[in-house]
Amino acid sequence: MTLPLVQVEGLAKTFDVSLPWLNRVAERKPRQFVHAVDDVGFQIARGRTLALVGESGCGKSTVARLLVGLYAPTRGRVVYDGVEAGATRRPASIRRRMQMIFQDPYASLNPRWKVKDIVAEPLREHGAAGGAAAANSRDAKRSIVVRVGELLASVGLAQVDAEKFPHQFSGGQRQRISIARALATEPEFLVCDEPTSALDVSVQAQVLNIMKDLQTKRGLTYLFISHNLAVVRHVADEVGVMYLGRIVELADKATLFARPRHPYTRMLLDAIPDIHMSGRSRTPVHGEVPNPLQPPPGCTFNPRCPHANERCRIERPALLALDRVRVACHAVEERRI
Amino acid sequence: MPSPLLEVDHLRVEFLGRSGRLLALDDVSFSIAPGEILGVVGESGAGKSLTGASIIGLLDPPGRIVGGEIRFDGARIDNLPYEQMRKVRGRHIGAIFQDPLTSLDPLYTVGQQLIETIQTHLSLGAADARRRAVRLLQETGIPAAEERLEQYPHQFSGGMRQRVVIALALAGEPRLIVADEPTTALDVSIQAQIISLLKRLCKEHGAAVMLVTHDMGVIAETCDRVAVMYAGRIVEIGPVASVIHAPAHPYTVGLMGSIPAMDEDRARLLQIDGAMPRLDAIPSGCAFNPRCPHAFEPCTTLRPELMAAGATRAACWLHAPAMRAAA
Repeated sequence: MTLPLVQVEGLAKTFDVSLPWLNRVAERKPRQFVHAVDDVGFQIARGRTLALVGESGCGKSTVARLLVGLYAPTRGRVVYDGVEAGATRRPASIRRRMQMIFQDPYASLNPRWKVKDIVAEPLREHGAAGGAAAANSRDAKRSIVVRVGELLASVGLAQVDAEKFPHQFSGGQRQRISIARALATEPEFLVCDEPTSALDVSVQAQVLNIMKDLQTKRGLTYLFISHNLAVVRHVADEVGVMYLGRIVELADKATLFARPRHPYTRMLLDAIPDIHMSGRSRTPVHGEVPNPLQPPPGCTFNPRCPHANERCRIERPALLALDRVRVACHAVEERRI
Repeated sequence: MPSPLLEVDHLRVEFLGRSGRLLALDDVSFSIAPGEILGVVGESGAGKSLTGASIIGLLDPPGRIVGGEIRFDGARIDNLPYEQMRKVRGRHIGAIFQDPLTSLDPLYTVGQQLIETIQTHLSLGAADARRRAVRLLQETGIPAAEERLEQYPHQFSGGMRQRVVIALALAGEPRLIVADEPTTALDVSIQAQIISLLKRLCKEHGAAVMLVTHDMGVIAETCDRVAVMYAGRIVEIGPVASVIHAPAHPYTVGLMGSIPAMDEDRARLLQIDGAMPRLDAIPSGCAFNPRCPHAFEPCTTLRPELMAAGATRAACWLHAPAMRAAA
């Protein structure tokens, strides 16, 4: 068995959301913490796609940011290609091998920079074109121009687009620029945080197709964050379902969609509108995601779960392996469902 | 066939900008029967929200109606003075917008807002109006409605706020509700709750709905008929099952194919190359012709009107036998 490219163990991130000191003292309020990500672990094999799916506030974007080192984890570690990646301020040798694509293509590109500068920035930063020492020589500049052209071509943009500014592009084209920038250092691993959520469906299809083609051509590994189960089903090999900072079910795509085990996964799947079953009414999920400041004790899903019993309200279920699937649910473990 | 509740007839909306006139809606015509749910779908900038805003008389300047008519129950409403339109809006036509937080006033309790709306449109005393407000909140599935009446919008979650907005829209017992992306800001699990609520309540109250959304899934499970918009025009309109399963316009075909499906595996999604044209650069003839895989000679010069195409009506020359024969 080959080593997985990305290994995440016991990852946790806690945010301090306490009131300012003066208010805490005056109003006798305690410090408050949000456990945005709590004990999350998974592995991604080379060339595969793991998708993390969940509703807003479940911690999926925090996982993405922890992975690329934008946040330092409170606990746990990220092992990249057998090497511990470290919290933040990682060595360039690791940074250049993983890149991130953000959700909002309007906010993630500098409006004052031309596309050629945006795409070339990682090249200059990492000296990927001809070594850092020679970054200012004429040869290096030429090779950067050539490389930017290649990168733009690989995402279906033209050489002339390099001279334009981001505002001259549509949302879908901007997201292609983001992808080109992410590919500049020839990374093996891309963390994509809702890359198509801000796009219209026909444009989403263009971007998803490009991402799939690039994966086949370059053997890329993806962590794909999305709230859209249909998109996840289209891109993923494995799927992790998150709820209030924890992974509640982790399985390969076919198994998860054919036979969801966790009651939350089942509810999510039931809640999706399906365009091909016109007239079918979906089963609404009851209740809402609880306030993450005061998560319910035991299994955090228990107030909404139709199978919850006494144990679910007291004891937090661990993510257990159960015939090829990993599920965190007492009811599944006890074979009640 | 009952006479339609709402008729939109050759509606044209224009924006006067520094760079000249932009025609944002061009000859849009459709009707909604009493109790019917019509979906309006399209990508950003297709003009679907603008159509909704024109109907409820909330078109923001510099946008203005420059042609056509909107008739509600046989009477024109597009040329009503502002004060008269205010009486129609809320009383006869309710509105639900995408963002439930901005459609509620943060400085008033939910009860104050509901009771004010009820008393504006129905002649009820304070106690009756309050009772009605409680009943509306209960109907929308808000637990502990009595206490919730005293709370402010920020004390409600997103899904609960959208329920309040629905209660507000229903407050005047309108016969038509214009819902503009009512579930777009919500998570899928909450989205399902809101959609089924909207469907049930409109049925109970006998209100017709114009549901504007970009989500084909929501359309599929909610609507009776659907209109597909592209670059300010309706390109296809028909019963929801026909539009989804046997789309006649190449744009609808592309749109349907580009949606990742839950029940089939496809290596690649069908993609429509390019993007929707900007309003200042709409191609002549059919606006879709530069992206259309089937474009032929008349498409670049002659603009197609809606014509019969199977079970739906599509604005596409492929469905005009004479044109095909000539080409």
